Amino acid sequence: MKEDINFEDAMEKLEKIAEELESEDLSLDASVKKFEEGMELSKKCNEILQNAEKKITVLINGEEQNFSVNNEE
Amino acid sequence: MDIKPITVEELNKYIKNKIDGDEFLNNVYVKGEISNFKLHYTGHMYFTLKDEKSLVKCIMFKSYTGYLNFMPKDGMKVCILGSVSVFERDGVYQIYAKAMKQDGIGTLYEAYEKLKAKLEAEGLFDKEHKKKIPMFPKTIGVLTSSTGAVIRDIINVGVRRNPNVHIRLIPVPVQGPGAEKDIIQGIKEFNEKKLADVIILGRGGGSLEDLWPFNEEALAYAIYESEIPIISAVGHETDFTIADFVADLRAPTPSAAAELAVPNIEDVKYTISTYESRYKTSLKRKIQLMNLRYEKCMTRRVFKEPMQKVNEKYILIDNLVKKLNTNITDVLNKAKLNLSKNATRIDALSPMKIIARGYTISEKDGKIVKSAKEVNVGDLVELKYIDGNIKANVIEKNERK
Repeated sequence: MKEDINFEDAMEKLEKIAEELESEDLSLDASVKKFEEGMELSKKCNEILQNAEKKITVLINGEEQNFSVNNEE
Repeated sequence: MDIKPITVEELNKYIKNKIDGDEFLNNVYVKGEISNFKLHYTGHMYFTLKDEKSLVKCIMFKSYTGYLNFMPKDGMKVCILGSVSVFERDGVYQIYAKAMKQDGIGTLYEAYEKLKAKLEAEGLFDKEHKKKIPMFPKTIGVLTSSTGAVIRDIINVGVRRNPNVHIRLIPVPVQGPGAEKDIIQGIKEFNEKKLADVIILGRGGGSLEDLWPFNEEALAYAIYESEIPIISAVGHETDFTIADFVADLRAPTPSAAAELAVPNIEDVKYTISTYESRYKTSLKRKIQLMNLRYEKCMTRRVFKEPMQKVNEKYILIDNLVKKLNTNITDVLNKAKLNLSKNATRIDALSPMKIIARGYTISEKDGKIVKSAKEVNVGDLVELKYIDGNIKANVIEKNERK
């Protein structure tokens, strides 16, 4: 799954929306819109977190293979 | 010849006494390179001082090591102040060092310092150039040996913090001449194919010689030019390599590097959930505020008893109607009274009433005769009585003047 949304930007936006929502001047209508936008964004962030795939790989001569650490010291 | 042999002990004691009695040997100042350095657990230091041709054993007791402003290492060039004495048991003489200073500092160290100064002047260590480590890298590139503790530590810590992390290793030699070439190649491969969001460059601790590949100028440039941020974790916390200075972030250990590269997913999730609750709280607050305003508004009388104004108007209308009614009845009553008064009067004037009293009405040709002039002698007139009519001829007429 390809995410076009950058995680940093998303987190920054989450913060910005929180500040905007907490400000007194935002109308109720605008607040509801911001709230929905924020919740959508947080959902996306969680999706990015969930959708990462655990892989330990090693690249040798441009070829990727699974890698496991041998426990010999 | 009858020579009495002496014991080894006696020999060594004799030599020891000779040497101990020598003014010059009591206070020698010797320069050389340290090798075979051992810090004994008792705190004493044992090492060999050597130059191209010779070596001599040295010992520095714990009572003196506390005054050292550096940690002696193999390969280090030093000047030692001490006394020469014999260790009788082994029959060896050695220098009992009382003080030691670094002599011109080893050539490698010199080269390191020189390169560091040069690269610093060129701006390779500039903070402005350091790239930000991404907050949530999907793929962590690692450049280190495929065996040993470094990669294991990085995997352990990385996976613990984020079970879904992708760690991609390009195995490289991390010591020995030319190791930097493989490391540089690895950095280039990661960059060219965009194989990682952040790179960890790691190796465990070692001597200056061991770490030397990380002090190579070419590697410094490769790190500087990497588009992908690089975290260096080379050597121990106290060993700084050129690579550490150029890297975008320096971690004291490989485990720490993994911690810096891989965010703890639980922390990130928590942060996101904090935003969610902040949103909910502020929206809730806003709605409550609106509700409060609404309720305050609704307690005003117009809204509380909306029919009151209307009812007031109704009363007004009722009153008006009542008043109107009264007026009309008055007028009507007055009119009725008038009418009955007039009726009585009219009744009194009725001709029948008059006739009833004995008067008659005379008519000529159907018209009432009101004057004697209207009739002539011989005319036929009709006389009306209350109970009937008669016709009569006029016989005589007397007009009053």
